[in-house]
Amino acid sequence: MGEPGTKEVLSLDELEAAVGLRTGRKHILSILVENKPGVLTRIAGLFARRGFNIDTLAVGPTDDENLSRITLTLDGAVHPIDQVTKQLHKLVNVLKIRDLAPNETLARELALFKVTADAAARSEIVQLCEIFRARVVDVSKRSLIVEVTGTYDKVEAFEALLRPFGLVEMVRTGEIAISRGRGET
Amino acid sequence: MRAVDALMECLKAEGVDVVFGLPGGANLPTYDAFYDAGIRHILVRHEAGGGHAAEGYAKATGKVGVSLATSGPGATNLITPITDAMMDSVPVVFLTGQVRTELLGTDGFQEADTIGITMPVVKHSFMIQHPLELPRSIHEAFHIARTGRPGPVVVDIPQDLSRAEIPYEPVDDVHLPGYQPTTDGNQKQIRLAAKAMANSRRPVIYAGGGIIAANAAADLTELATSDRFPVTCTVMGLGGFPAPHGQWLGMLGMHGTRTANYAMDEADLIIAIGARFDDRITGKLSEFAPRAKFIHIDVDPAEISKNVAAHIPIVGDAHNILPRLTAEYRALEADPARLEEWWSRIRTWQERHPLSYQDSTTSEIKPQFMIQALYEATGGDAIVTSDVGQHQMWAAQYYHFARPRRWINSGGLGTMGFGLPAAMGAKVGCPDETVVCIAGDGSIQMNMQELATCAQDGIAVKVFIMNNGYLGMVRQWQELFWDKRYSQVDMGQWPDFVKVAEAYGATGMRLTDKRTLVEDMREALATEGPVLVDVRVSREENTYPMIPAGQPARNMVG
Repeated sequence: MGEPGTKEVLSLDELEAAVGLRTGRKHILSILVENKPGVLTRIAGLFARRGFNIDTLAVGPTDDENLSRITLTLDGAVHPIDQVTKQLHKLVNVLKIRDLAPNETLARELALFKVTADAAARSEIVQLCEIFRARVVDVSKRSLIVEVTGTYDKVEAFEALLRPFGLVEMVRTGEIAISRGRGET
Repeated sequence: MRAVDALMECLKAEGVDVVFGLPGGANLPTYDAFYDAGIRHILVRHEAGGGHAAEGYAKATGKVGVSLATSGPGATNLITPITDAMMDSVPVVFLTGQVRTELLGTDGFQEADTIGITMPVVKHSFMIQHPLELPRSIHEAFHIARTGRPGPVVVDIPQDLSRAEIPYEPVDDVHLPGYQPTTDGNQKQIRLAAKAMANSRRPVIYAGGGIIAANAAADLTELATSDRFPVTCTVMGLGGFPAPHGQWLGMLGMHGTRTANYAMDEADLIIAIGARFDDRITGKLSEFAPRAKFIHIDVDPAEISKNVAAHIPIVGDAHNILPRLTAEYRALEADPARLEEWWSRIRTWQERHPLSYQDSTTSEIKPQFMIQALYEATGGDAIVTSDVGQHQMWAAQYYHFARPRRWINSGGLGTMGFGLPAAMGAKVGCPDETVVCIAGDGSIQMNMQELATCAQDGIAVKVFIMNNGYLGMVRQWQELFWDKRYSQVDMGQWPDFVKVAEAYGATGMRLTDKRTLVEDMREALATEGPVLVDVRVSREENTYPMIPAGQPARNMVG
């Protein structure tokens, strides 16, 4: 359709705006930042200011002492992820952001559960631990502390099974993630 | 040498010829270095005045402004200018003093967490932790402030570190791996945009402050006149296209012309350049320009598709992109006749809805008349700063800016008290130009102390107060949307501005008669030194036309 008499044709109707979409799934952002004071505050402040909600956040050193890695998860049903990453990119101390594709990513978190357990319940919990490759790391007369690592979903499933025994408290790290294969995350 | 002496060398290397500041305990070493550094220092009366002056300087000259303050209250007084510079993308480096490192975190005297407080409103900031870092940080601060999308950068310098002896070596490169702004627009996207323009029947170019910041006004005119593209600018973009002009629709937005807003509403293609689809432009977002596709050119990728989804995004500097877009467009040899129908529609709006007001039949000065008189008295080519409110909108409507960097106002943050210090900074930066501040009687009182600075340093700004004795814009909203319940907007006739001017060592004048207004204004402009003119205007005039907040453009009133 080139009706207004131009040499090349393009219909305005063909143009589509393909951004600002809500993906509807969980996103894991792996963010490489300079290891400088205040960097985490800048990121946390940006999220608060723009109304983005962080679901989990994990920060740690990398193989380069000048850099830190921040892994955070957020809900793509609520946030336009491209806007989040573009705003993050504006921070001078942020070097690299990867929105990790679920099928090319290994994600793990560590959780510690303190569970009420008398002698009778103990063996049952230990059995569950075996199935989930969890470990009992502390025992007292009336409780156990169990350590488990795995994906977010696995930890959720394990928690659901432990809860009926009486969950005293739970501590989770939030996921960290690395891309599969030889390439850098 | 001392770190502060190195700081002076760095400022000189960055081409800084003037700074606006106020000393205090924590920046005493810096001021000692200023004593014989050979850089002009303007001693302001309040740090906010200094910050806005640096903004005015930056906006008028295109160079990076520099503002200094001490720690604690000095730094907190800069919060408004810093935020203002962030909202309007003004390149300013703010140097703040900080308490000695041993006192950090102890609630020491005049300690404030300047980096923490300013973090949400800076483009970037540096906390100096070692004296050796200072020179590099200063250069990085200037680099960040002026490149990409310009903005404010804060450098916080603890007092003890600023006194330390360091070996100084000039820094001639900056290394910022996390800061690589894209300035080159993508050629494929540019070509696609040209095609879309060639195939549009109802195009509008919508240009914002980015046109000014990128020094791309001439490029915009080239693009617009490569065919008969209608052009509208935001309040930040005025002067980016030479008004008046056959293709000029006037300003758009809340108090823009009906023609500009209706054209946006009916456009099939909107070419947004250095503009960010602010709510004062779009009105009700879901009903904004419902028939249009969008080309969005901006140096800040985060602006693209933030409020309005772009069909053809182009990230880069307008000065880089527009000439290429014009060339691509010309090569398509589009038929200008396809725009005939669109122009006849636009002409109808222009004839039916010109900017107008009911002029007085007495000596009473209508505010719109005051701006027209000032336009005439200044020959239409002054640098005009303004405060925020009705007078700002009337100035934007009735002072037709033909060139960039002639119109300096606070658009994003809407800072009352911006006008006088901004005029001061503009005059310092452009001493040979006529610099006029159009102020409100409310706004002027928020930074009036800078008249003393102007008087002392012979900074000949001419301030024209549009005095209606009200916080006029708020009064207008109370009249229109709050049943005329005028709550706390009547400022009466206090103070006596003529006496105030005289007390500050400026010339004071009061003008009340429209018949001699142009003449009287000429006299004020010809008077040496700073002049404060109290122009008494109609008390309850409203700024029209208007898109009521939260409504679509076609619901304009007035």
